[in-house]
Amino acid sequence: MSLQDDLKTTPLYALHQELGGKLVPFAGYAMPVNYPMGVLKEHLHTRTGAGLFDVSHMGVVSLLGAGADKALEALAPADICGLAVGRQRYTQFTNAKGGMQDDLMVLRLPDRLSLVVNAACKHEDIAHLKLHLEPKGIVVNPHPDWALLALQGPMAAEALSALAPDCAKMVFMSGAEMDVAGVPCLVTRSGYTGEDGYEIAMPEDNCEDIARKLLAQPGVAPIGLGARDSLRLEAGLCLYGSDIDQTTSPVEADLVWTIGKRRREEGGFAGDSVILGHLKNGAARKRVGIKPEGRAPARAHTEIQDLSGKRIGEITSGGFGPSVDGPVAMGYVDAAHAAPGAKLQLIVRDRALPASVVSMPFFPHRYFKG
Amino acid sequence: MTVLRFTNEHEWISFDEGTATVGITDFAAHQLGDIVFVELPEVGKTIAKAAQAAVVESVKAASEVYSPASGTVTAINQAIVDQPGNVNESPEGAGWFYKMSLSAPGELSGLMDKEAYDAYLKTLDH
Repeated sequence: MSLQDDLKTTPLYALHQELGGKLVPFAGYAMPVNYPMGVLKEHLHTRTGAGLFDVSHMGVVSLLGAGADKALEALAPADICGLAVGRQRYTQFTNAKGGMQDDLMVLRLPDRLSLVVNAACKHEDIAHLKLHLEPKGIVVNPHPDWALLALQGPMAAEALSALAPDCAKMVFMSGAEMDVAGVPCLVTRSGYTGEDGYEIAMPEDNCEDIARKLLAQPGVAPIGLGARDSLRLEAGLCLYGSDIDQTTSPVEADLVWTIGKRRREEGGFAGDSVILGHLKNGAARKRVGIKPEGRAPARAHTEIQDLSGKRIGEITSGGFGPSVDGPVAMGYVDAAHAAPGAKLQLIVRDRALPASVVSMPFFPHRYFKG
Repeated sequence: MTVLRFTNEHEWISFDEGTATVGITDFAAHQLGDIVFVELPEVGKTIAKAAQAAVVESVKAASEVYSPASGTVTAINQAIVDQPGNVNESPEGAGWFYKMSLSAPGELSGLMDKEAYDAYLKTLDH
């Protein structure tokens, strides 16, 4: 294995190699795309046991100071002020044109807000936060020396409880600081697979030890980014840079549920006039789930046509769903074709494959809601 | 006598008594990972050497299979269309792709034998 010299590594680099991980460049890091089990079995294992994912390439950022919630609301359309201590929300950094410059998770802790942002966007996000929040007296504190692990699947709760008993009673989209194997960590009950599970932020020096202890629990296996992608696609979750980007509004992306009720009335976030306009008048296009009828996967950038052959959109994520046992995709279509049941055709290798708009997720979410 | 040859795109072709069988190598199947979809040419189709003959898709990506030789497709392996995982299980055996009659058997002399292919694999970064 030789990788470009300028790739960064996570604290688990040596463990990935020991476990036989196939390391590939991803967002500037050498990351495991799969282990010897392979993407398909890793995917299925996560849905039946528990998968341990190294997501240390992502960014964890703390916002400290009175009014951090109000200040963050100027950059993101979620109701942050209304977020109770210990609760987490999904939102996006919007831009002046109503597009999205990243998506993120926000957790309110007793003394701060804790954000998780995408690896490829984290430096821009931190600069964006500093530019807009520091003049308001908010301290923007990135944690490049933290590692982040995700433990996902129906056996995740049992596995993490062995190291952190308090995690068992947490509910989906909550978080707290707690010891994991005696190490102070930040644990949230959330993830990117549609399964019950956790994300655990920790000091990088303790990461390998905690990872090994989790891998020693019954049913836990290391899972690479390949299965992470197929799991999130079956769960209908957006991948920033593919399904959402600077040019897509949260309304077009079918993320209206992430915009707080108060925010829809008041606005006050970047791009609000465009986004609230889409809410009021409808957007010209919408992100939808797409089920190809045969066995052939339709990949990102596949052209979507109506039955008359007119181009009506493009696939943004597509592939084979191991739990669905068939092809699954999502993409943007003209609003007139966005209702579930609408018939489409996908142009794959110069042929038109029949497909339908379907509701997502493709595989039911199994979050723990208490 | 059966002649077995390999391409640098990781297809194999075995040739015996006028009929050739084509598939992808153990190395290719391993690199692709779990194969979830196979598209084969139609029987009767004429294919030129190095033209796209089939498509294999793993969970992550699609790849083309190029014909190691020119000729006409005489049979396809429906078992790998129905169960694409068969390719991973036996890429150089039961996971064959198609059979063809060769229009220019002399083309095979430009391909690698087993020894040359194994040496070629050692030069690849993997």
